[in-house]
Amino acid sequence: MLGLIGKKVGMTQVFDANGRLTPVTVIKIEGNVVVAERTVESNGYEAAVLGSFDMKKNRVTKPYAGQFKDVCDPKKSLVEFRDFEQDVKKGDVLDVNLFKDISFVDVTGTSKGKGFQGGIKRFGHAGGRATHGSKFHRDLGGTAMCSTPSKVFKGHHMAGHMGVDKVTVQNLRVVRVDETLQVLMVKGAIPGPTSSTVIVKKAVKK
Amino acid sequence: MNIINAIEQEVVAKNEGKLSFSVGDTVKVYFKIVEGTTERIQAYEGLVIAINNSGIRTTFVVRKIAYGVGVERIFPVYSPRVEKVEVIRKGRVRRAKLYYIRKKLGKRAKVKELIRKKEVSTAEKTPVASN
Repeated sequence: MLGLIGKKVGMTQVFDANGRLTPVTVIKIEGNVVVAERTVESNGYEAAVLGSFDMKKNRVTKPYAGQFKDVCDPKKSLVEFRDFEQDVKKGDVLDVNLFKDISFVDVTGTSKGKGFQGGIKRFGHAGGRATHGSKFHRDLGGTAMCSTPSKVFKGHHMAGHMGVDKVTVQNLRVVRVDETLQVLMVKGAIPGPTSSTVIVKKAVKK
Repeated sequence: MNIINAIEQEVVAKNEGKLSFSVGDTVKVYFKIVEGTTERIQAYEGLVIAINNSGIRTTFVVRKIAYGVGVERIFPVYSPRVEKVEVIRKGRVRRAKLYYIRKKLGKRAKVKELIRKKEVSTAEKTPVASN
């Protein structure tokens, strides 16, 4: 599966050929180095390990730096891409050109944190009436049945922590691939705040 | 932010000179309309009552009175569908947004024409040598 590590820059709009204004998310691709190769003989599966974003030297531990020995400087993000469709060798540097002939991608990121949230925001519960004597506003409501089963089933929708999840948005159209800026533009929004790390992969379902 | 600016400015720079009018001008907008497979250009004439500057999203509002009804259209300056904007008459105005014109009728809804005095050419300026 073809893919790269990128950084979310933010959103803007571009005009397409028909004059339609398209909302796009800009993803910056800094040089992705092939740090290691996984092979069937040694690992039991095929994969390419890509690294991106330089690290401050004092933050690198010796065991972590060992992975990058003889390849490149230690990188902040390390991601394994299974069955990389392109022939790559250890030490190769991949750039945004990888997406030149690809029209749809999936983008994986970490969503923005929302803190502790109630059932309405977290799961879309309907909530109760605000006025006319109603005493049921944003509460949870019933959570279980009666003396049987006399317990709340696991995974019941309740208030709790929301956000900071791994989220994948599928089938985003690639609007433009800019070589000079090393930037990829996809139509629509992607998860996470700006300057967060995202993984861009060739769309699975297209 | 710099990358986004660079992307937007690229489009803005390519269309330099498209925003060559100002608020108070009477303009004719040549707008491309796509009907199925055919394309035609429609002209829309009126008074520019506002320009909303926002990079690539910059728009301007053109107001006219059509059959006694006020009509306002908002055009994106940098849209490829705005073929060209022709200035018909320059207006002399003292504010950036002319929303007050919506409440005015007849002569009060008029904008005075801006007449700039032509700069006197240097040849005329030099006094005739008196000898």
